[in-house]
Amino acid sequence: MRATVVKDWLDERLSISALSAIAHKKEVPVHRHSIWYYFGGMTLFLFVVQVVTGILLLLYYRPSAENAFESVQFIVTEVKFGWLIRSIHSWSANLMIATLFIHLFSVFFLRAYYRPREMTWVSGVVLLFIVICFGFSGYLLPWNKLAYFATKVGTEIAGVVPIVGRPVLRFLRGGDDVTGATLTRFFGFHVAVLPATATVFLAVHVLLVQLHGMSVPPSLRNQNVRKMKFIPNFLLRDLIGWILAIGGLAALAALFPWELGEKADAFAPAPAGIKPEWYFLFMFQTLKFLPAKILGMDGEVLGIMAFNIVALLLFIVPFVDRGPENRKRTLFFNVIGVLALLYIVVMTVIGYAT
Amino acid sequence: MDQYFLRGFLCGPLRTSAYSALKMRSNAAYAEVRRGPQRNVLAVMVLLMLSSVVAAQKKSSCIDCHIKLDDPRLSAPAKNFEHDIHRGRGLSCNDCHGGDPNADTSEAAKDPRKGYLGKPRTVDIPAYCGKCHSDANLMKRFNPSLRVDQESEYYTSVHGKLLKAGEQKVATCISCHTVHGIRAVSDPLSSVYPLNVADTCAKCHGNADYMRAFKIPTDQVSKFKTSVHAKALYDKQDLSAPTCNDCHGNHGATPPGITSVANVCGQCHARQADLFQTSPHKAAFDQQGLAECITCHSNHGIAAPNDQMIGTQQGALCVNCHANGDKGFTAAGHMRSRIDELIASIGKSNDILSLAERKGMEVSKPKFDLKGATDALTHARVLIHSSSTAEVDKVVTPGLDVANKGYQAGLDALAELSFRRKGLAVSLVFILFLALLVYLKIRQIESRQPVAKEN
Repeated sequence: MRATVVKDWLDERLSISALSAIAHKKEVPVHRHSIWYYFGGMTLFLFVVQVVTGILLLLYYRPSAENAFESVQFIVTEVKFGWLIRSIHSWSANLMIATLFIHLFSVFFLRAYYRPREMTWVSGVVLLFIVICFGFSGYLLPWNKLAYFATKVGTEIAGVVPIVGRPVLRFLRGGDDVTGATLTRFFGFHVAVLPATATVFLAVHVLLVQLHGMSVPPSLRNQNVRKMKFIPNFLLRDLIGWILAIGGLAALAALFPWELGEKADAFAPAPAGIKPEWYFLFMFQTLKFLPAKILGMDGEVLGIMAFNIVALLLFIVPFVDRGPENRKRTLFFNVIGVLALLYIVVMTVIGYAT
Repeated sequence: MDQYFLRGFLCGPLRTSAYSALKMRSNAAYAEVRRGPQRNVLAVMVLLMLSSVVAAQKKSSCIDCHIKLDDPRLSAPAKNFEHDIHRGRGLSCNDCHGGDPNADTSEAAKDPRKGYLGKPRTVDIPAYCGKCHSDANLMKRFNPSLRVDQESEYYTSVHGKLLKAGEQKVATCISCHTVHGIRAVSDPLSSVYPLNVADTCAKCHGNADYMRAFKIPTDQVSKFKTSVHAKALYDKQDLSAPTCNDCHGNHGATPPGITSVANVCGQCHARQADLFQTSPHKAAFDQQGLAECITCHSNHGIAAPNDQMIGTQQGALCVNCHANGDKGFTAAGHMRSRIDELIASIGKSNDILSLAERKGMEVSKPKFDLKGATDALTHARVLIHSSSTAEVDKVVTPGLDVANKGYQAGLDALAELSFRRKGLAVSLVFILFLALLVYLKIRQIESRQPVAKEN
């Protein structure tokens, strides 16, 4: 009785029943590719895990070159369940990037970006780059040796871009070198700028998904496709995935706690065989393979420019490949997608093996 | 034409009055030169003038003739002189040998009336070099920080004393520094660069035939090369590690006597030397006429010290003098057992912390703290030189406390790991149960729903 009163009171002011009606109206197609629908939700769930664990870490983390390492050390050794929160934050970040890549490629191969979902794709690509920035900025925050040198190398790579490279490098580092100033601004990006931007684009992305509904792959559009209610059928399935993800994260945190390493020391030599995080490895390996000079130009600069161009091309995919009618174009995009996937996998494997 | 270009051009080969004159006038004249178009003309004139001065300065009939001679004994000085530090400072043959380097004939160049001295006799070499190197006023012009007591110090050395006594086979300046190709001590190619000193000494001191008449051993350098000092010097390229001259002196080279050897070692091993002076061994060694440090550590072939050297077991150095039942024997046994106890405790703590680390636990802080125990061990090994069991106990006991704390931290980390795993197992049961409940709920819901189809 009392609950109904509260519900009615809220409904009168917030139109909850109208929003609920929209959500209950949403349906999800059921077919042999439906499994890929879950990766968007999984990425969103892992993002929420990041937000929650990130806020908990903020209670103890101190963003300065003098205190950052010690504060993380304190979190994982002294704070009750601090080790769990920190490990889950690190593992979840990596799993989120993995599910994001899977989501991106599944949307690409299932052509879920066709009209009218172009802007859903564009907002998704923006979110991909935001998440990569989250990874890059968060990696430095424990201020350990590996993170310090990986950031040094990473920002150096940004610095070789013609014209804008040097100012970008100085902006990222807060000076010429990676110092406490770099840590402070990376912290600012990680906990303020990037979350704010991500929230906006995430809201747009989710809203567009709700607006347009789930895309049915073009190859199945002429067939009778079963549908299930988003609420509760699909959401409960999502929930199973999320519950299992929590179990997976807990297992990873307990069995393979995320290493802290040694405190960063600007005067120490760079550790041998230093490598970036796995999601940057294919680019790093490419730059290592490139010759010093290509057609008289700096090979590294050309490589970085090429990756920048590919990143820009990602945005325009739905505006070039506009429908299934042009079979040649569809085939071309399939080949490009498979080659890109193979390239990323092979280069990452080589990067780890060498 | 830039002022700095002119300055750079002038500085290198000349250091002469031409540069000084130009420098004196430089402020006014240079400002003038920069103003007008005539500056280029003036610059060319200055260059022409300077090039003629350089040509005149460089003329040396000594080198011109000697470098062409077939006899290598006569041509080598001219050839080697190219790299000589004295040449780099603007000196030439006549600055040591006298004579006239501008003369065109051998007779005129080597005219005794022009101060020609020729090749000095061995006995005259120290004074020959000392002409400049003992002159503080003169040396200041070249290197104000260079000492000027080499010659007088040389005559306090065994080499110098023997030379004065008429011995011709002893080392003089040129035996170590070479002649005509003399390089700065800091030059890695110099015969007296730290890495080359031992080989330079070995030229004589490692040559049994050459040294036969002096009746001293010739294995010093070969023994030195097996020593802990040589390992630091050659393997680690640590130029602060001692070589021959660091213990024996260089210009005043002499073997340290029994009474002074501790002072020699104490230059670097100051703490050990101080402790020894306060130990009961000091009086005993003096009484028996034993040299202090080298009695236990030897001299040239000093091996890295180890814990086997102390104690009462076979092979320990203490039992060379002490017998079962005497005070020293008991003290040696006690110190060794305490050190062994600390080593074992550190090892045990290290093992358990490494195990916890391998299992993914964060133990960097206790591992760092354990360094306190290692420091205590190092300190205890130094305190052995006091021969005082009380002094050794004073550092071993707190060291053991630190090591035990490390061990406890390792135990705690492993207990925490076990707790985490048990906690994970319990959590996973709940998580899987929850997932199962949701699955059953889906089944329940869908069993009641009609299936929707898309057209």
